[in-house]
Amino acid sequence: MRINISRKNINDSFVAKIQELSGQNLLACYQCGKCSAGCPAVSDMDLLPNQIIRYAQLGLKEELLNSKSIWVCASCMTCNVRCPRGIKIAEVIEAIRQILLRKRKDHIDPERLPQDIRCQVPPIALISSFRKFTS
Amino acid sequence: MVIMKLIYYPGCTLKNQAKNFEESGLCALTKLGVEVQELERWNCCGTVFSLVTDDLIHHLAPIRVLIRTKEAPADSVMTMCAMCFNTLKRANERVRADQEALSTLNDLMYEEETKYQGDVEIYHLLEILKDKIGFETIKQKATHPLQGLKVASYYGCYLVRPREIGIDDPENPQILDELMASLGATVIDFPYKTECCGAYKTVDNPEIVAERTYQILNSARELGAEVVVVSCPLCAFNLDTRQKEALKLFPEFQTIPILYFTQLLALALNCPEEKIRLDLNYIDPKPILKSKALI
Repeated sequence: MRINISRKNINDSFVAKIQELSGQNLLACYQCGKCSAGCPAVSDMDLLPNQIIRYAQLGLKEELLNSKSIWVCASCMTCNVRCPRGIKIAEVIEAIRQILLRKRKDHIDPERLPQDIRCQVPPIALISSFRKFTS
Repeated sequence: MVIMKLIYYPGCTLKNQAKNFEESGLCALTKLGVEVQELERWNCCGTVFSLVTDDLIHHLAPIRVLIRTKEAPADSVMTMCAMCFNTLKRANERVRADQEALSTLNDLMYEEETKYQGDVEIYHLLEILKDKIGFETIKQKATHPLQGLKVASYYGCYLVRPREIGIDDPENPQILDELMASLGATVIDFPYKTECCGAYKTVDNPEIVAERTYQILNSARELGAEVVVVSCPLCAFNLDTRQKEALKLFPEFQTIPILYFTQLLALALNCPEEKIRLDLNYIDPKPILKSKALI
């Protein structure tokens, strides 16, 4: 895979927006990979948590906004408690989700959920899913 | 004898799928001499804490719960649900550290007669059991100890993470194991005890949850567990009900009963079976409990 790195992307408002929404300093990451090593969701991710941080540093906007990983992360906070640099990776991923959700690009449509799911799952699952995956 | 009074916040799921959690927990507390009063006019806490810096509106629901607590009147509130605990406590810490956010939230809730000032404490039931009642007292009151039952404790995420609000060590929590030991059970430690079950992915991708359920429960079973206890109604739903899907994906999978820690507590304290509600658990725990002469 070829990736173009440019000063323009790095200085783009997208990077600033992620830092502002997440409250995190992306440049604190030194790519040790501990977040990805402990993440229980990596087998379903296209970009690993450490890659998400690296892509965010470089302003690779389209790759991040189109990644499957941001909808696979369930904010379990394992990466956050293990990061030796104190970066809250789950917050960074939430910021990327929020950038999409604030443009009404929802991940799920409650009305189209299968009937059996709607009837079966407890309210705690529905509410948290709608809070994380819809605008 | 009443030794303590508590204001109790149930949250949505303890009034729905997790009635076995609520009823067993309340019965156990009565046996332990705790008088529980349900919070009046409580609302949903929102279930998850919003992680972005500018999203104040989603902290409104948990802060309103704390306003209701002040109006009770009380200066602390207890919840049994790990997700409610996490959301309420994190919202509380958020506004305590940010007076401007607190003032904005109070302004948004201008119709509330009570203003919130960061002056309510949130406790999870396990903290009450350990710190206010004491596991030694519970051990003495457990007239029907869980002799011979091998129990693995599953902590999940929201009880222990993030570190600042967790009730125990985020990497190696012990509180549930200590409680189970005080009830006379044989405690089984297992490496997946804090591994996320997939949480609300159960709505849009139940397969992910079924795979995690398989991994987590297989690990507990291989180390000798006969039942797994949980403190979160979403973990309970996933680990219990999704065993059906796990069986479809992995035909060799052997099911294992999932219980709320309060159900085993209530059992050991000799609460009546109609309060323990084993009928609501998806994988039937009665055969293993009967084989140990516990019911």
